[in-house]
Amino acid sequence: MTQQKSSIDRRNFLRLTGLTGAGLIMGMGVKADGSAIIENITAAGNAFELSPLVMIDQAGVVTIFNTKPEIGQGTYQSIPALIAEELEVPMDKLVIKQTGGEKKYGPAQFVGGSSSVRTNYTSLRKVGAAAKEMLLTAASKQWDVPVAECYAENATVIHRPSGKKLGYGELAEAASKLEAPKNPVLKNSKDFKILGKSAPRMDIPMKVNGTAKFGIDASVPGMVYASIERCKVFGSKLVSFDATAAKKVKGVIAVETCERIHGIYKSEGVAVIAENYWAAVQGRKALVIKWDHQGNEQFNSKDYEQSMREAAKKEGAVEHQQGNFDQAFTGAPVKLEVFYETPVVSHSPIEPMNCLASWTEGNKLEIWTSTQVPSSVVNEFSKTYGVKQEDLKLHVLFNGGGFGRRLYPDYIHEAVQLSKKIGKPVKSIWTREDDTQQGPFRPMTFSAMKGALDASGKAIAFQHKVISGTLDMKKDYDITKADGTMTEGISEQKYEIEHMKNLYVHHYLHVPLAAWRAVTSTTLAFAHECFIDEMAVAAKKDPMQFRLGMLTKESDTKKILNKLKEVSNWDKPLPAGWGRGVAQYEFFAGQAGFVIEVSKKGTGVKIEKVIAVIDLGTVVNPDNTRAQVEGSAVMALTAAIKGGITFDKGATVQSNFHNNPLVRINEMPKVEVHILADGGNKIKGVGEPGLPPFAPALCNAIFAATGKRIRKLPFDMNKIV
Amino acid sequence: MITLNINNTNYQVEASAEMPLLWAIRDMVGLTGTKFGCGIAQCGACTVHVDGKPVRSCSFPVAAAVGKKITTIEGMKDKIAEAVQNAWVELQVPQCGYCQSGQIMSATALLKTKPKPTDADIDAAMQGNLCRCGTYQRIRSAIHRAAEMIK
Repeated sequence: MTQQKSSIDRRNFLRLTGLTGAGLIMGMGVKADGSAIIENITAAGNAFELSPLVMIDQAGVVTIFNTKPEIGQGTYQSIPALIAEELEVPMDKLVIKQTGGEKKYGPAQFVGGSSSVRTNYTSLRKVGAAAKEMLLTAASKQWDVPVAECYAENATVIHRPSGKKLGYGELAEAASKLEAPKNPVLKNSKDFKILGKSAPRMDIPMKVNGTAKFGIDASVPGMVYASIERCKVFGSKLVSFDATAAKKVKGVIAVETCERIHGIYKSEGVAVIAENYWAAVQGRKALVIKWDHQGNEQFNSKDYEQSMREAAKKEGAVEHQQGNFDQAFTGAPVKLEVFYETPVVSHSPIEPMNCLASWTEGNKLEIWTSTQVPSSVVNEFSKTYGVKQEDLKLHVLFNGGGFGRRLYPDYIHEAVQLSKKIGKPVKSIWTREDDTQQGPFRPMTFSAMKGALDASGKAIAFQHKVISGTLDMKKDYDITKADGTMTEGISEQKYEIEHMKNLYVHHYLHVPLAAWRAVTSTTLAFAHECFIDEMAVAAKKDPMQFRLGMLTKESDTKKILNKLKEVSNWDKPLPAGWGRGVAQYEFFAGQAGFVIEVSKKGTGVKIEKVIAVIDLGTVVNPDNTRAQVEGSAVMALTAAIKGGITFDKGATVQSNFHNNPLVRINEMPKVEVHILADGGNKIKGVGEPGLPPFAPALCNAIFAATGKRIRKLPFDMNKIV
Repeated sequence: MITLNINNTNYQVEASAEMPLLWAIRDMVGLTGTKFGCGIAQCGACTVHVDGKPVRSCSFPVAAAVGKKITTIEGMKDKIAEAVQNAWVELQVPQCGYCQSGQIMSATALLKTKPKPTDADIDAAMQGNLCRCGTYQRIRSAIHRAAEMIK
């Protein structure tokens, strides 16, 4: 991460009585009593910048700017903690402010790919360490003692020989005038006070008393509300509309069109703008709209899925090969050839998409929203709407769930256009039906698997061919090439199989698509790891032993499987009618594995036990890591056993949680989480790796219990045998 | 004008009788701790107490709330609520936190009628509240913990 370093290099010594040029910074902070404060940092009084990310005022209040939006994954704690650890400030003494894509905070103001901590682990510690060294130097100068005789603790610099002390507030001004050290010394991890400990999250007190502010809670004087009708048939065009009845609804102020922009997908909608949201929704129901479906009204899942199966017959583009797969497969004594299918699914964060936008005279734009991508919103919107970057102020509030959905600013575009059209601050809120029916969705992937064993049962050939649409929204997308995102992880598994040829077949889907938590690994791991199980069965070997037998070299995969074997008592016999399954998956975000036990129950199965192992190398917050893996399991279970999204007559069939259900509390067994953290430079992601291996571990357990091999998601847990 | 008693304060709101209580609370009174999630009483994010009982305010008309005592997350001040909130913090329940106001409203209502709920009681009382982040096992533990704290 170079931008934090360069931020230090570029930092100016400006005495701050406010961030000149940045306008008001509305930061969300937390008071000692746990309630939220939203305030203008200019009110902080005489504050001094020791780095763009660290500000200390004369009273000693330390403010850390969090560049990583909080979407539930814990960055509101973990990111400031990286700085605070080295700065020697306890977390409960911090004021944390969320940045909004401002240039001075660097280009990486986004959250996705479980990347926040793993890509900033060293760079943000250096920010804290540099600020600490500046404070130490300032104190040593004031006392006229060698800096080596000074140390920092609890936001105070102490002169070891004399015991003299100076608080950070007393040193901030002098420290801010010093050159920031380029290579500050980092603490030894054994001296950590915050990192590696299960520190409480600073956002949680606000989230139990209603004071946490999410995008949907933003409000400004004169604000009006919008609800937007978009065509349910994907790929339709707006022909005309009659707003006469809508305008008669009490509270309705205006009816305007706006364009939803999702990469290459652009579609026009009709917005009803009203004094309150309820009136906007009522007005919307009264709209009469004529759409041109452009032939898309015939589209349906059944036919599309069949066309995917046909497309699977194509050879496809080679994603990875080693040895000579074709020859090895052809001549092998034992061959397997099977097909796996997964559905389209929705993100369904409980906070629906929303945005408050205020376009004011002189091309000035202010936005309040929940988003995962502040930097790109500022960059792209300033270009798209011809607003100077310094005239675009983005306020990033807590995200009521991200899961990849809020990587896409389609809902922000709509609100901005509406505010520009009517000259008032407009808060647009999607209904749950909009959220469920309009996408963007996780694409479905189908997997054609081939494998071969030699006479001794050793795996000698393996092929994973992926058939799918793409998340790539570039106009010049080359369908003849293997798509790295859509084949994520399939060639990264550590199993030592001599002959391998992995392939990709692009199959176009015109419905808006999006990255979903753990991206394509959530579907591909299901096919990949269930198929490894099928090979184990064909080899008449125990699935755990079969996997470990293909891992002669040391690897994290081997460590995860060995740990799972140990903590699950893998070799201990289960009661009659029970089955145990294992799966792991390695991909760009990280790596985890599950052992799941199920029992037969009537015509279905019941999950009896869920054990997860996540490998991190270095862990920043063990308790939050456990929480993320627990939650990943719930989301993965929903994707495995609930309905998913289907299409008919060109539109989404499901509309709300009654027919696009999520797993509920009564359906969720306890998840036991083990963390592998043996230190070192390696650090892996936390938020996503718990998803991919869940479904295959479950389905492998179901096979062990019932002999029924599940090759298509979703499936009904109550109807297995 | 309709008068609503929310958290022991009377508010005059200019709402149509059939408007869901949720929007009166959020848009007119300005209490935003109560959340919009689905609009059809399927997710529980909008749960408030009406005369002490949990209701889904997204599907509860304003007219039906007149003359009743409405409590939102902002008004949760009694011993049970405090225990639930403390347990939620102690066990670090929330992730994104968006559904948690509703979860807490349902949990406090449960503990009022069943001071020592079993897992089955919790499942029954809490299955109307969805959590997409998947905090269910911590919710279950935190309800048990709150029950201990109240003792």
